[in-house]
Amino acid sequence: MSSTPYVSPSSEPERHEPRPSYRRSHLAQLESEAVYVMREAAGQFERPVLLFSGGKDSIVMVHLARKAFWPGRFPFPLLHIDTGHNFPETIEFRDRLAESVGCELLVRYVQDSIDRGRCQEEPGPNPSRNTLQTVTLLDALRELRADAAFGGGRRDEEKARAKERFFSHRDPFGQWDPKNQRPELWNVFNGRKNRGEHFRVFPLSNWTELDVWQYIAQEGIALPDLYFAHEREVVRRDGVLLALGEHNRLLPGETAERLRIRCRTVGDLTCTGVWESDATTLDEIIREVASARVTERGGRSDDRRSETAMEDRKKQGYF
Amino acid sequence: MAGMSESTLHTEAHPDTDLLRVSTAGSVDDGKSTLIGRLLYDTKSLFDDQLEAVERSSRQRGEAYLNLALVTDGLRAEREQNITIDVAYRFLATPRRKFIIADTPGHLQYTRNMVTGASTADLAVVLVDARKGVLTQSRRHGFIASLLRIPHVLVAVNKMDLVDYSEEVYGQIVREYGEFAQKLDVQSLTFVPISALQGDNVVEKSGSMPWYDGGTLLHHLETVNVGANRNLVDFRFPVQYVIRPHQDYRGFAGRLASGTLRPGEEVVVLPGNVASRVRSIDTPDGPLGEAAAGDSVVVTLEDEVDVSRGDMLVRRRNLPTVGHRLDAIVCWMHEKPLDRTTPYLLMHTTRQVQAFVAELDYRIDVDTLHREEARTLGLNDIGRVEITTAAPLFFDPYAQNRATGSFILVDPHTHATVAAGMIRGEPRELEEAPRTASPNVRWEEWNVPRAEREARNGHGAAVLWLTGLSGAGKSTIARAVERELFALGCRTMLLDGDQLRHGLCGDLGFGRDDRRENIRRAGEVARLFFESGAIVLCAFVSPFREDRDAVRALVPEGRFLEVFVDADLDTLRRRDTKGLYARAMEGEIPEFTGVSSPYEPPPAAELVLRTAEFPVAESVRAVLDGLRARGILPANRPG
Repeated sequence: MSSTPYVSPSSEPERHEPRPSYRRSHLAQLESEAVYVMREAAGQFERPVLLFSGGKDSIVMVHLARKAFWPGRFPFPLLHIDTGHNFPETIEFRDRLAESVGCELLVRYVQDSIDRGRCQEEPGPNPSRNTLQTVTLLDALRELRADAAFGGGRRDEEKARAKERFFSHRDPFGQWDPKNQRPELWNVFNGRKNRGEHFRVFPLSNWTELDVWQYIAQEGIALPDLYFAHEREVVRRDGVLLALGEHNRLLPGETAERLRIRCRTVGDLTCTGVWESDATTLDEIIREVASARVTERGGRSDDRRSETAMEDRKKQGYF
Repeated sequence: MAGMSESTLHTEAHPDTDLLRVSTAGSVDDGKSTLIGRLLYDTKSLFDDQLEAVERSSRQRGEAYLNLALVTDGLRAEREQNITIDVAYRFLATPRRKFIIADTPGHLQYTRNMVTGASTADLAVVLVDARKGVLTQSRRHGFIASLLRIPHVLVAVNKMDLVDYSEEVYGQIVREYGEFAQKLDVQSLTFVPISALQGDNVVEKSGSMPWYDGGTLLHHLETVNVGANRNLVDFRFPVQYVIRPHQDYRGFAGRLASGTLRPGEEVVVLPGNVASRVRSIDTPDGPLGEAAAGDSVVVTLEDEVDVSRGDMLVRRRNLPTVGHRLDAIVCWMHEKPLDRTTPYLLMHTTRQVQAFVAELDYRIDVDTLHREEARTLGLNDIGRVEITTAAPLFFDPYAQNRATGSFILVDPHTHATVAAGMIRGEPRELEEAPRTASPNVRWEEWNVPRAEREARNGHGAAVLWLTGLSGAGKSTIARAVERELFALGCRTMLLDGDQLRHGLCGDLGFGRDDRRENIRRAGEVARLFFESGAIVLCAFVSPFREDRDAVRALVPEGRFLEVFVDADLDTLRRRDTKGLYARAMEGEIPEFTGVSSPYEPPPAAELVLRTAEFPVAESVRAVLDGLRARGILPANRPG
């Protein structure tokens, strides 16, 4: 994060070129909208948390939160639901980021939920903990009495997400009712709710994958190395390349390959597909994303379980 | 992922492009989903895995061709029922522009969803099926676009392939919709003949319609003026959040709703009316020399002023209205109907106040644009209301300022969003004083005297005032008479109650005072046309004798012909073509003339037409004879 030049309010005013017009780029408009949504949530809710996964979208969210409340600190903690199946790089980056930002980082573990009998590990080899996270997340929100949780979800990601609101209501069971969403007009956001209910707030709703990358480049936001091309042991499974590691081991009949890859999204080792790539800089990544023929979630085996996998998980209270 | 690096570049990454927000509305039948699918497909915004998923679904459903409509179907229930439930957002980027498309369904809860999608749009795409012509639904879309003040409306005349790419069919739709759109308030109206299925004129220019020399639909989306409804004049800064990192810094975070702001400028804080000066406009990227509408910033002031969330910074010489009462159009968005005893929560900019709906003036039929009396508003109803709030709001008319002219109503128990509102202003009270000439305005004689105009026209000017109960046949007769007169070469004008209530009298309801004002304005307009030499036909229920006599007094004697279109109530109830009497009898329409509101028949009308007993042609003849008898029409003209 040291690469982000935050100017202290007491420093010398910067010289500004006279503005040729009041035109704003789409990135400037998206940033302003996200900042507006974050401030609105902070104004309307008592105990928001920012869901932090360690992925690029949540890193961008932290960056936007810093900007939205600058020169103050953003008035909410980060909450990470740790499946225990993360890339080790993700955890390292998370801790460094929280320290450099100086914000509170709360971590809740899926393993604890399993140990307490709140949920069960999937049977079989390389179990996915993707759906189990929901239990841990909802328990954590209840424990923290959080009335709003910021997420980095975008409408371009997945068809069920295309219908999300900025302020998305969740019932006392954390469930999303897509057929009965509150209409959201202009930029008036209704965060009213009854006790026990909460909201998911999605400031990046109108961003696309390309917007996120362009913004990362524009703002000079630091990312985990996973996003840049590097050599790694991988396995080809169900048409998707998966990184090998402690929680994702070779199955009988599979062979490991060593390839030059990078992640387009970062989730669990067990379900995040990686991509063969030579992109080592943000410019190269942006060119790659702009010409990509597959969506970033195309590599997510969690979405490929059925046509409505995301919708079903979201109804349960997923991110 | 094989082939990622060697695949061809179809989209250049442009970090500095415009943003255009588009709303579309329509049903599957219009081909709306296919159009969006086509836009995404032809701009290569669809990814291989999305395309594969669509191909898979198309095959599963036993469809022979790639069903592009499936691209936009999201939820399980939608796929199962083959409908679109809710507003879905799609994204499209070309080297010139990024587009956010709010895709709203035409079936279920159409008004609610269309209003939602339209609320943030710069441009509306209205679909018309070339085979079916201009249907009610296309008009409804246009009306909602104009109600929500989307500056640009693009009418996509779709399925041109199914009408042999006929220029005539297209021309007819353009004429018909263009005529309808004159009643609406849109800045620009554009037509494009397309076939979403075949891809004609969507992204690629069609080879099948050489007669069309305009641009493609995408070309229009790429070149239309953005920010047409961005108000850069009236500075309004609703405070969202107060930032106090330490004792010495107090910043007010928010987004400029409109206008611009520079350091050093004087501002006033509402509601306290306290003045101060802008010390700085801070952002993490450095202080700004100027901020404009849409920018999220932190403002610091020279003085220690008490400012909190919900307050608004404005300029002393450009203040919004500060008040407790609003005149507004609301769209009802919830199954639970409007209840005038419920204290709703009104959310407006960053302010939340309690509010009652004090008056319901009328409901607008979104299909016919007629105003009708109503006791309440239900889901998808649009109506004109007066709202009273517990604390003052700082507002502007929606027409001037989308951000400070819009609000939502929230149910105090369920917290559901039940209505979306667009402010017209403060409710206007009718002055009690008699209407006389405004002070200091001196009457000038008409530049070209009416007699000269009449001499040139070859006929006299007159006002024919048709009065009678709703459904008695006033408009029918007036229209037929006007046609006859027009055929005779006369200068004519027809004023109709419904018509005037859309424009000139758009601010009036159906109470006694508003009815009087409605007739007064109609009379004044009739008089202007009269002075221009026209035979003016006026069709108004005009139940009160006093009001009709006031109009009579505006016109020289012998030139005002009161025509009583007389049909007895029993006949009208039996006929009841619009179903209004039945509803009025049920008590659904309060103050319905003849049922729950009196009608005073004219004691000395120039002409009485008994429409229950005589056909329309008979009545038309009687009117024309009456005009000849009075020398308004020359006797030698045949007819």
